[in-house]
Amino acid sequence: MRRLNRDRVVSILLLVPAVLAIAVFVYGMIGWSVWVSLSKANDLSFDMAFNGLANYQSIFSNVRFQLDLRNTVVFTVFFVLASLAIGLFLANLIDRRIRAESLFRSLFLFPLAISFIVTGVVWKWLLTPSAGFNILLGLDQSTNRWFTDPTVLYIAPDSGAGHFLAGIGLGGLATPLFGIPIALLSLVLAAVWQMSGFVMALYLAALRGIPEELREAGRVDGASEWQLFRRIILPLLTPVTVTAVIILGHISLKIYDLQQAMTKQGPGFATDFPASYMWQTAFNDNQFAKGAAVGVVMLVMVATLIVPYIIWNRRQEAAR
Amino acid sequence: MIDSAARSTSLPGPRPRLALRRVARSAVYLTLFAAAIFYVIPVYLLFMTGTKTFAEAANQALMWDLPKAASFDSFAEAWRTISPNFLNSAKIAIPAAVLSSIIGSVNGYILAKWRFRGSETLFTLILFGMFIPYQSILIPLLKVESAAGLYNTITGLVIIHIIYGIPITTLIFRNYYVGIPEELVEASRMDGAGFFGIYRHILLPLSIPGFVVVLIWQFTSAWNDFLFAVTLTGQDNWPITVAVNNLAGSFSVAWNIQMAGALIAALPTLLVYILLGKYFMRGLLAGSLKG
Repeated sequence: MRRLNRDRVVSILLLVPAVLAIAVFVYGMIGWSVWVSLSKANDLSFDMAFNGLANYQSIFSNVRFQLDLRNTVVFTVFFVLASLAIGLFLANLIDRRIRAESLFRSLFLFPLAISFIVTGVVWKWLLTPSAGFNILLGLDQSTNRWFTDPTVLYIAPDSGAGHFLAGIGLGGLATPLFGIPIALLSLVLAAVWQMSGFVMALYLAALRGIPEELREAGRVDGASEWQLFRRIILPLLTPVTVTAVIILGHISLKIYDLQQAMTKQGPGFATDFPASYMWQTAFNDNQFAKGAAVGVVMLVMVATLIVPYIIWNRRQEAAR
Repeated sequence: MIDSAARSTSLPGPRPRLALRRVARSAVYLTLFAAAIFYVIPVYLLFMTGTKTFAEAANQALMWDLPKAASFDSFAEAWRTISPNFLNSAKIAIPAAVLSSIIGSVNGYILAKWRFRGSETLFTLILFGMFIPYQSILIPLLKVESAAGLYNTITGLVIIHIIYGIPITTLIFRNYYVGIPEELVEASRMDGAGFFGIYRHILLPLSIPGFVVVLIWQFTSAWNDFLFAVTLTGQDNWPITVAVNNLAGSFSVAWNIQMAGALIAALPTLLVYILLGKYFMRGLLAGSLKG
């Protein structure tokens, strides 16, 4: 028994360094960032005098940051939906006892091993209007401008839909601030290239876990292949879908490397994001407090997505 | 079975059905093939452009044409520019991966086999660290690194990758060790083995796959890191990601050099993926907390 007690002490002592590191470098530094974000540290003198919520007011009233939030939402929606659709589609094709299965799987997955920087460098060239796909497909470079396209699709206030929105008191939505920047879709394309294989692998693993008897039973009951998929398979895949949405979502909320290598801020901030705004504000302009505020806003966005997921996941494991 | 056989007789005869199936089958392969092209094209372009000469690469209209004569001059030129950065990346990623896996293994062992009151909550709190946007800790981190004299050092980056790697490495090992039967541990304890004895004789010998997964994962994330490196190092200590991004951002650098540089940057992790893909996948799945 004494032996056990000594081992217990050893076990806890050995865990201390890691716990301390996380306590300081994750939680401590988050607290520190919050503190900086509430200060006046907006130049090199790093004046930590309390400044209330002034930095938050400043960034939220900044048009660039507003556009960054728009871009984050648009990018996340397109990126997550496209990756899910392509991943699910490919997983279903691969799950049909095809030949050279592992070859196809490897080809869809290898972009995951590459850095977002390399992906960005290649896709930049693929989508540069004077080069890449425009040349391969013989497209007109003046109309197919990819990530250099300044167009933002939005509901015009004087259009029918605009009048309708105004009629129900939502006229404020009929501005470019609630639009879809075309240039952003180039980034979505590159990100989908990199991440859809991951979704494919998640779905494929789940599909393999569905017993054949279940499908057989459905067929015996006269269900068509589509009905089988829609009513039996898809509901069983829900937990995987949740996982994929969380993983892809938290990547897209933090997107930085890809955008730096491929497009930078783009025309009219069409491909700008909170991460690049944060870096420029803090490390180019030395406005540390504002930069910290952007970082904290990013953390809140990610935490909103991740914390319920972690808790759900841990509960599931405990129940197992 | 009888029921389904009876039903099939009421459907069109077996012959057209077979033909239909063959068409569907071809469609599946055709689609898979098209998808494969989509995934391969960027790498094809990387390699193909990298093997072109400067004069050939300069003609954008012919960018999709195969090189007239394969030349590895671009790779040699790119290597001359970025080999110091390649070396920096190796000096960062290898120690970070090795040390991370040792630390992760010990943490995982304790959280799986030496649970105490609150250890599960502690584990959950540790996990959160792997999802945070690093923008929310970057300013204090820069301050601490500067104060500790670690700004613009390889050592500084290694330490950072180890610390922010703790959540995922702990997670992978913990979930791996949870799968090792408690009876084995208990039997070893009965034989008089203590904390270290159980680890050395029971868990460590079974840990090889866990180590491979974590080594690959940490190597890949440290090698591919951009944000920490661009914030915390100067030009002399830039790893390859920052160097390649810089190469690509410069208008004076020809495409063939950019592409060759990008391919060199991607090579080590690609190689790891090709050789150890199965383990790579497990690390990815762990990233979704599925262990």
